[in-house]
Amino acid sequence: MGYTASFALSLPEIILSFGAIALMLAAAWAGDKASKAISVIAVALLAGAAASLLGPSGSGGVGYDGLYVADGFSAFSKLLIYVSAAIAIIIAPGFFDREGEMRAEFPVLILLSAVGMGMMVSAIDLLSLYVGLELQSLAAYVLASFLRRDGRSAEAGLKYFVLGALASGILLYGISLLYGFSGGTSFHAVAVAMHAGVGTGLLFGLVFVLAGLAFKIAAVPFHMWTPDVYEGSPTPVTAFFASAPKVAAMGLLVRVAIEAMGPAGDEWRQIMIFCALASTILGAVAAIGQTNIKRLMAYSSINNVGFALFGLVPGTAYGASGVLTYMTVYIAMTLGSLLCILQMRDAEGNPVETIASLSGLSRTRPGLAAAFAVFMFSLAGIPPLFGFWPKFMVFDALVDVGMWPLAMIGIATSVIGAFYYLKIVKTIYFDEPSDVRFVPLRSTTEGVLILIAALFVSPLGYFTVPLLGKATLDAATALF
Amino acid sequence: MIGLQHYLTVSAILFVMGVLGIFINRKNVIIILMSIELILLGVNLNLVAFSAYLHDLVGQIFAMFVLTVAAGEAAIGLAILVIYFRGRGTIAVDDANRMKG
Repeated sequence: MGYTASFALSLPEIILSFGAIALMLAAAWAGDKASKAISVIAVALLAGAAASLLGPSGSGGVGYDGLYVADGFSAFSKLLIYVSAAIAIIIAPGFFDREGEMRAEFPVLILLSAVGMGMMVSAIDLLSLYVGLELQSLAAYVLASFLRRDGRSAEAGLKYFVLGALASGILLYGISLLYGFSGGTSFHAVAVAMHAGVGTGLLFGLVFVLAGLAFKIAAVPFHMWTPDVYEGSPTPVTAFFASAPKVAAMGLLVRVAIEAMGPAGDEWRQIMIFCALASTILGAVAAIGQTNIKRLMAYSSINNVGFALFGLVPGTAYGASGVLTYMTVYIAMTLGSLLCILQMRDAEGNPVETIASLSGLSRTRPGLAAAFAVFMFSLAGIPPLFGFWPKFMVFDALVDVGMWPLAMIGIATSVIGAFYYLKIVKTIYFDEPSDVRFVPLRSTTEGVLILIAALFVSPLGYFTVPLLGKATLDAATALF
Repeated sequence: MIGLQHYLTVSAILFVMGVLGIFINRKNVIIILMSIELILLGVNLNLVAFSAYLHDLVGQIFAMFVLTVAAGEAAIGLAILVIYFRGRGTIAVDDANRMKG
């Protein structure tokens, strides 16, 4: 395949990377007052990249001599990634302007991170996997510490950096072992070697690679960075971390598990089962005592990643489509919740993050309270809401392959998780109003985004099931 | 004769030293950055040793990529450390505890 064809495959990455470089020059030249215009152009670039997925970059196959693939799976994941990245850019100015910290670099960093995430879901070689992952992570470390004058933000960035670099090191060590014992870096070469037999070297490589990836999706036992980073980062950045990189890392994990380590399914299945169970249990139990709402959302994300991992355990196309469905709905729920958290500001406009300040919200801000309640019910997986559907799909996939005991334990853990989500609903609806009065909604864009997310996770979301089911199944089938 | 096993042993020792350095060290963050470099050096040694053993250049090219990314990573780590130090006046690991739970 010639270079022109390869370029056509990676058109979204080309648009985003060249756009990001041009915007960085514009930011250096025009300064922070141009940040509004740069944000608008960045969102337009993301839309352009998403539109280019309709062409060969959506289903063109393998390019760059086997380093990069553009198939249905990568296209679906990229669409999710670009949408969440665009939302992070849209909600940022309203937050940072107040602190006087809106800088023109913010949209550029998100774009660079989006390029890395696109590479992650398109990688079919350990080399492109590593480079994509690092591009995403390096931009994310800077984003976490974006509020330079805030001690918590700097601390979040520092912790994210140290633990993220450790995770990259572990992943790399695994990659070096996989390379050495399979004789190649492509996923295909690893799969061929594993098909011939999983020796000690390959097994060690598999464990290290999965440990590194579990770190990136914040699955237990590699979750310890999540609460601190989510709490300390500025809220728009938290919204970004909870959505796009999760999808990218989950997509990467699914592709590595199926395409590279497919023949070693029995080996990685034990790891996935442990991570899934530990994440759902710890995510549910540790969230109960939290007083900070952003910290609670961190444990909620750990909990949800565990459920998504259940979809990967069967190793079937239906299970993988369950993972994609889960990530789609999860993004809507988590972005919606964090957009609601963004509205929590006291009379002076300072962000409030305590759960106690939410009490009696239904009497002072009924609309916001209703949206919050919808997201919480949906995250808990209560049936009429759409959050129930992906949970049903992943457990259905487990039952399909006869792993119903695991499905039953998973359902039991979702009941534990329901406790703290419902506790928030109780605080909002049945507690006496707190002294904190939130300022009214200032941005109609944020209001509209909350409304769209709430409608999607409401029972109306079931109207999208035929479309979503077909899209995710097509995407997942591309892996097999 | 120094064979592949010797290289793998040395790189495994370097890797473990790096990981222990991150977890045992309670003094300051610079030492953590050094430990991360140690991990990446262990990985590079692994890649180059495998590359020579397999008569395959990909491992050495991979090592070049790792070196490049490690340089960028160190730069970003030091930059974050600088803003952290400005706000806190210390880079001791035990003092990074503003958030708990």
